[in-house]
Amino acid sequence: MSLLEVNDLRIRYGDNAVVDAVSFEVNRGESVGLVGESGSGKSQTAMALLGLLPRSARRTGGIRFDGTEIIANDERALDRIRGRRIGMVFQDPMQALNPYLRIGKQLREILLQHRIADGAAADAQVVAMLGRVGLPDPERQFDVFPHQLSGGMRQRVMIAAALIAEPDLLIADEPTTALDVTVQAQILDLLEELRDDTALLLITHDLGIVAGRCERLLVFEKGKIVESGATASLFTAPRNEHTKRLLADAPRIDRGDIPPAGCGKTVLGIESASVSYSDNGGDELQAVRDVSLSLREAETLAIVGESGSGKSSLVRSILGLIPMRSGRVVYAGAPLEGPVQKRAAAQRRDLQLVFQDPASALNPQMRIEDVVGEPLSVHAPGSSSDSRRQAVLAILEKVGLNKDYLRRYPHQLSGGQAQRVAIARALILEPKILICDEAVAALDGAARRKILELLKAVQDESGLSIIFISHDLSVVRSSCHRVAVMYLGLLIEVANTEALFSAPRHPYSRALIDASPIPDPLAARATAPLKGEVPSLRSPPSGCVFHPRCAFAEEQCRETRPQLRNLEGARVACHRAEGIDLGLCY
Amino acid sequence: MRWSAAILLFVLLLAIVAPWLSPHDFQNTNFNAILQSPGLSDGRFFGTDEFGRDLFVRTMLGIRITLLVAVVASLVSLVIGVTYGAVAGYIGGRVDAVMMRLVDTLYALPFIFFVILLMVAFERNFFLIFVAIGAINWLDMARIVRGQTLSLREREFVEAARLTGVSTVRIIFRHIAPNLLGIVVVYVTLSVPQAILVESFLSFLGLGVQEPQTSLGALVNAGVKQMEGASWMLLIPAALLALILMCFNFLGDALRDFFDARHVR
Amino acid sequence: MLRYALLRLLGAIPTLLLVIILAFLMVHAAPGGPFDDERALPAGVAANIEAVYHLDEPLPQQFLRYFSGLLQGDFGPSYRYRDYTVSELIAVGLPVSLQLGALAMLLALIVGVSSGTLAALRQDSMLDRVVMSFAMTGISIPVFVIAPVLILLLAVKLHWLPAGWSGAAGAAKYVLPVITLALPQIAYIARLTRASMIDILGRDFIRTARAQGLGTKAIIRVHALKPAMLPVLSYMGPAIAAILTGSVVVEQVFGIPGLGAAFVRGALNRDYTLVLGIVILYAALIILLNLIVDILYGVIDPRVRQR
Repeated sequence: MSLLEVNDLRIRYGDNAVVDAVSFEVNRGESVGLVGESGSGKSQTAMALLGLLPRSARRTGGIRFDGTEIIANDERALDRIRGRRIGMVFQDPMQALNPYLRIGKQLREILLQHRIADGAAADAQVVAMLGRVGLPDPERQFDVFPHQLSGGMRQRVMIAAALIAEPDLLIADEPTTALDVTVQAQILDLLEELRDDTALLLITHDLGIVAGRCERLLVFEKGKIVESGATASLFTAPRNEHTKRLLADAPRIDRGDIPPAGCGKTVLGIESASVSYSDNGGDELQAVRDVSLSLREAETLAIVGESGSGKSSLVRSILGLIPMRSGRVVYAGAPLEGPVQKRAAAQRRDLQLVFQDPASALNPQMRIEDVVGEPLSVHAPGSSSDSRRQAVLAILEKVGLNKDYLRRYPHQLSGGQAQRVAIARALILEPKILICDEAVAALDGAARRKILELLKAVQDESGLSIIFISHDLSVVRSSCHRVAVMYLGLLIEVANTEALFSAPRHPYSRALIDASPIPDPLAARATAPLKGEVPSLRSPPSGCVFHPRCAFAEEQCRETRPQLRNLEGARVACHRAEGIDLGLCY
Repeated sequence: MRWSAAILLFVLLLAIVAPWLSPHDFQNTNFNAILQSPGLSDGRFFGTDEFGRDLFVRTMLGIRITLLVAVVASLVSLVIGVTYGAVAGYIGGRVDAVMMRLVDTLYALPFIFFVILLMVAFERNFFLIFVAIGAINWLDMARIVRGQTLSLREREFVEAARLTGVSTVRIIFRHIAPNLLGIVVVYVTLSVPQAILVESFLSFLGLGVQEPQTSLGALVNAGVKQMEGASWMLLIPAALLALILMCFNFLGDALRDFFDARHVR
Repeated sequence: MLRYALLRLLGAIPTLLLVIILAFLMVHAAPGGPFDDERALPAGVAANIEAVYHLDEPLPQQFLRYFSGLLQGDFGPSYRYRDYTVSELIAVGLPVSLQLGALAMLLALIVGVSSGTLAALRQDSMLDRVVMSFAMTGISIPVFVIAPVLILLLAVKLHWLPAGWSGAAGAAKYVLPVITLALPQIAYIARLTRASMIDILGRDFIRTARAQGLGTKAIIRVHALKPAMLPVLSYMGPAIAAILTGSVVVEQVFGIPGLGAAFVRGALNRDYTLVLGIVILYAALIILLNLIVDILYGVIDPRVRQR
């Protein structure tokens, strides 16, 4: 008998069916992946298993857990299963943990509720569990509030809470989506290591995560399971069209064409740029330290790094949205100085930005025509509204939208369409440099691929230079000519894409590449992920800022900060770059 | 929402038109007709008071003045509150901190006592009622507008506008103001009943509108003195006052739900 | 935490100072002195009176005199009741006003929080609608309407409760005044509690708790109640101010010899020192309570006290 049997599950909100005739089984100890794009019904399915659907949802169909039917509204019966027999890990540990309650208390409450232990025994069990998930000094962490922990540590607490009652099934809904890529690997390994014979239902949009970790996969599309099967066969011989498309659209870090680096002349020079913030307590935080970088004509330069790397602060200071504390930026022979409002019109026109979240980048009260046309009315105030409309239409066509969109409002667009509008607004002034700040991070596979193709087409046509900020190295590999890697505000390696991905020079670059999941069960590696997390900007480590996490660190690394230096065509900031063998990647 | 708006509109129209149509006057005393109970004969729908004045006409007049004071006071608080809040929110940083510290400080004061002090000291000046009520209500508006502006200013579409060179004035009017409109409409609607409460409170204490003029608060005050023999003098203006307040509160709540729903999407 | 509390305390001092200066200036800027209706005082007598009350001194000196008196708990002499000091008058009225206010606040908190929580838990049910209709009525009917209507109904017509204060015996005389004062606050607190409870119950961490098998009772007790009380806690300051304001009406309508009634009488009689004293006392009370609320806020929300 299977542990979990789902039979003809249907969930609808009014007339809108979000899950439609879904049936599957999970056996004891098995790990099953639920994959699909956002809105495909995979999370709704998981919520239904625990009876956590909102009240407006109507669900029908059978769910049997360990031989007992789970009835949607029988809260008493559900409460005996929730937490005790089925544990759950949610996406964003910041939101999913109670910010007003010490973490030890949150865990202890589960033990009390299910009568597993009480009093001092419960406390001891909580401390032991916190230790098992890798919290240093678990006795002290018992009394800590969630906001005092890093993102990775918070997710470890979530896992501790899900496993403390030793459930038979663990559901993890996008458990690493809110985390940095090096931490993602740690968390996934931890889940695997701790679950023993607990069955795992792993829900994700990222095929790379399930590839090496799940025995079986269920592929969701528009509320239905379109394909299921053993992971290996599903990846090597997908039968369903949607599965094939998902696989084709998933960027791979280990293969595919790399755009060759050109040698055009420099259009933008950044010299020793530093940016600092003052935090609430009045302390100065160095977000960017002494970064020098150049952007060439018609090239796409990637800036990659995890949270706190300073990549966004760097470009925002270049654009004049935040002040640069020291250093300078030279564009077309003249310095770019001061806040954006004080810059010459031509300088403003030539540098444009595309944001990560298109929903927030478009004014909800303005029609698409006005959103895209506004830059024109600022830079060519005399132009007639007719000529402006023609220009808007032309640029919309270029990004793949037609005149039907002119009168629409942003909320009437999908994520991909909204991002096209944002790109159209940035391109309508015919800039020389386009900065994309995580511009495809919020998009699903197909929409992401199309935006990347669009950017490439524009570049080929007009010789646009692009700065492409991303945390996702597999996207960078297929779309950027050169890569700059940042860590804790410092530039640590700059190299041609090809060189960086085949033979990285800095241990951190290597770790980033290794941590990127590959959507291929055969390619999945078993290297140990980077340990620890990105330190706080408040207290950056001495010497080389990477040394606490570096396997090669020596005395010198702890004491003096390495300078960026030339090494066989690349630039790298590592004392030991020549002395260590990082091996070849892809 | 429709019901509240319809009732308010009806009451407003009645208050404007009825005194013209009635054969009675708001201040003529008639000692042959004191404390008459309400009835249809003679057009004395609400009866008369202890001086024989017609209460229907007086009540309608009271509604006029109550609404006038409340609406003007709300507009005063709207202008002060929105300007103050938008400036603090848009400039941000230290200026914002100082401006909001002041608002917090004022917030902690027993304002109504100051207002009473003011009304007594300055001879119950009618104009002062507006100032006093506006001075209380703008604080809420300033806080809300400031919070909203602060979050709008950080929104990426405002940054996008700055990047393409849109001027600050244009950003405020084109990008920030339209997105503030909903919340301002809601809080103006909710500040009208607040203003009505303060005005009628002052009039009830005899510190607001002065005889022979009247307002709903003053009528309730007069009604309290006669309530044992002539309960209509209390109950009619009290019920109308509660009805008007309730309609404004309902309207505000409904508008808030409406704009909240739009915001979520 | 201690640092946070101390910072808040330091922040309250300039506020209080500002209030004192503002109130003092306002009273002294008012046209018409306290002794104006005693017309045709011989010039010598008028000057004498002014000298007794130090009204002939320059304003800053008067203020310093007043302020140093305040520091010793002395609010000066009453202009109207010449045999009493303001402090003595306050000492007579304050206890009864405080009693009424505290009882009303307590009642409002108990009834408001519990009915608001119930309404939130049974959102859109009959119970929810009934509670919310009551609350809407409650915030829409001013205290000065509730008070006489309740008297008319429960005292004059039905004779269940005494209408006035003096002569009435025991606890019965408290019932109507306290209910009148509490009703609008019950309504506000119920609405506030319901909205904030619904907000909190919709948060992700409540979903987590449900996924952990904590039943509704445990979720409310362990996870939801504290954060849901934060908006109610912030409302305590305005609530106290509203109750003090309401007490002015209630004390007048029910004939209660408290500070609110004394304030109105003082204002009408131009007994400026009495009025000034009461304003300053009430302001200090509200500032103090806001301070306590701020500190409690820090106790409940660990993220606040870090700043």
